Amino acid sequence: MTEVPGAAQAPVTVEAPEPVPSKPVDLNVFAAASLTSAFGDIGSLFEASHPGTTVVFNFGGSQQLAQQINEGAPADVFASANQKQMDVVIEAGSVVSRTQQTFARNRLVIIYPQDNPAGLTALQDLGKSGLKLVLATKEVPVGQYALEFLEKASVDPALGTSYKDDVTKNVVSYEDNVKAVLTKVALGEADAGIVYTSDISGTEADKLGRLDIPEALNIIASYPIAPVKESENPDLAQAFIDMVLSAEGQSILAKYNFTPIR
Amino acid sequence: MKSWVDKAWRITALPLILLILVPIVMLFTRTSLQGLLANLSQEEVRQAISVSFRTTLISVGLIVLLGTPLAYLLGRHEFRYKKVLDTLIDLPLVLPPSVAGLALLMTLGRRGLIGGWLDNSDIQVAFTVAAVVIAQIFIASPFYVRAASLGFAGIDTEIVQAAQLDGASRWQIFRFVIVPLSRFALLSGIMMCWARALGEFGATMIFAGNFPGRTQTMPTAIYLGFERNLESALTLSVILVVISFVSLLLIKVLVSHETG
Repeated sequence: MTEVPGAAQAPVTVEAPEPVPSKPVDLNVFAAASLTSAFGDIGSLFEASHPGTTVVFNFGGSQQLAQQINEGAPADVFASANQKQMDVVIEAGSVVSRTQQTFARNRLVIIYPQDNPAGLTALQDLGKSGLKLVLATKEVPVGQYALEFLEKASVDPALGTSYKDDVTKNVVSYEDNVKAVLTKVALGEADAGIVYTSDISGTEADKLGRLDIPEALNIIASYPIAPVKESENPDLAQAFIDMVLSAEGQSILAKYNFTPIR
Repeated sequence: MKSWVDKAWRITALPLILLILVPIVMLFTRTSLQGLLANLSQEEVRQAISVSFRTTLISVGLIVLLGTPLAYLLGRHEFRYKKVLDTLIDLPLVLPPSVAGLALLMTLGRRGLIGGWLDNSDIQVAFTVAAVVIAQIFIASPFYVRAASLGFAGIDTEIVQAAQLDGASRWQIFRFVIVPLSRFALLSGIMMCWARALGEFGATMIFAGNFPGRTQTMPTAIYLGFERNLESALTLSVILVVISFVSLLLIKVLVSHETG
C-alpha cells in the first residue's frame, strides 16, 4: 500500500480472527482524494490485522474514480466524497444499490494565505471587488458544495441576494481538484479558496488562515462507501468497510478533521 | 532466403505501429459525425477551441519574432558556451510540462521574482490569457528555434559572401538570401511549434488555471471532460488528432519537396 508518513503505529486488537488468505491478496480501494491521509492510516491498520493483504489505494477526484470503475478498473471498495458519484456507479451497475453506507461527514471552510493579502475577515469580504478566489470546478464535489453554499448565503439577508454573483465574479480559476485549490492559496497566488475542513491538515496547514462558515450556511458533505460488485475479494472488501465504520476507523477520520458519524 | 529475412524484419516494426495506431483509431470509433457536430455546438467546446486558436496564434507569432534572432545566433555563429545555450533551449522539450508550470509560477506568480514586481504595478499574469500564451511559448519555442537554426546553418557561406560583395546590407542578406533559402525549415518549425502549443496542457493548468472562455484550452477541456463529459472530450480529442496529423504531414511533404 501507499505508506503515509505518520501512519498510525498503535497496536491492534483483533476482536474476531479473520480468515487468513492462503496467498497474498491485493485489496484495491478507490477513494476520494480528500481521504488520502485518513485512509492511509486505516489501510495500515487493516494490513496489520489481515496478514497477507496489501491495501492498494487509488486516490483521485470521486468523479474520476467513478468513471474508472465504470470503465472496468479493478476496484474492490469505492469511497466517494458525495452521493452523486456513488449514484453514478450504482446506475452503471458497478455497485449494488443500498450496499452503500455513510461513513463520515465533512464541512466547508474558507481559506486564505497566512498573511491575508486581501484582508479577509468576514464572509462579506469574499464579494469585495478585486479579490482573487479559487474554487474547485463544479464537477468535483467540493466545487459543487461551494456553489451550494454561495446560493444558501445569498438568501441570508445579512449577505444579500447579489452575494453569489459578487463572489463568482471574483473566481479566477476553477481547479481540477481540491488539493490544487489548497496549493494555489498556500502559495499566495489567490486571496481565498473554499475547501473541506479535512483538507487543512498536512504541510500546507501552517501557511493558511481559515474563516469558518456558520453552521446554518455550511454544506455538510456525506461520504458513502460501498463494495464494488465485480470485486474478487468481497469478504475482504466488506472487512475493510467494517473497519472504516469501527470505532478505530472513526477516530482516525476525526483526527483528520472529518466529522465521524458515530 | 534474403527476402524472407527482409520480411521478418519488417514484422518487428509492427507492434509499435499498432500501439500508436490502435488507440488513435479507437478515439474515432467512439465518436459519430452527428455526435461530433452536436458537441461542437456546445458553448464550452466552442470556447475551448476559440481560446486554443487565439492563444496559439499569438504564441507562434511571438515565438517567430523572438526565436528567429536566437536561431540565427545559434545557426550561423560560433561562440563560447554555445553548447550550453543550445542545451538550455532544448530543455523544455524534455521537462515534464508540470515542471514548466511550477517554474513559471515561481517567476511570474504573484509571489514570484518578476510577478511580485508586476503585482506592485497592478499587473497580473497568473490566471490570465497572458499566462496561457507564456506557458505555450515556454514549451513550444524549442521546436521553432531548433528547426530554424538548422535551416540557417545549412546555408552555404559562399552565397552570403557573394551577396556581401554585391553590396547587400545585413538586413537585405537576411531578407533576400537567408530567409528564402531556409523557408522550408522555418515553415516546418512554425508548424511543429504550433502543433505543440496547441497540445500544451500541464504548464497551462498550473500557471494559468482553468476558467472556461478565458484560460480553458482544448487540452484542459479534454482532461476535465474525461471526468464529466466523455463525449465532448472525445470531440475535442478527435479535432486535435486531425489538426496535429495534418500539420505534421504537411511538414513531411514540405521537407521532401525541398530535398527531393
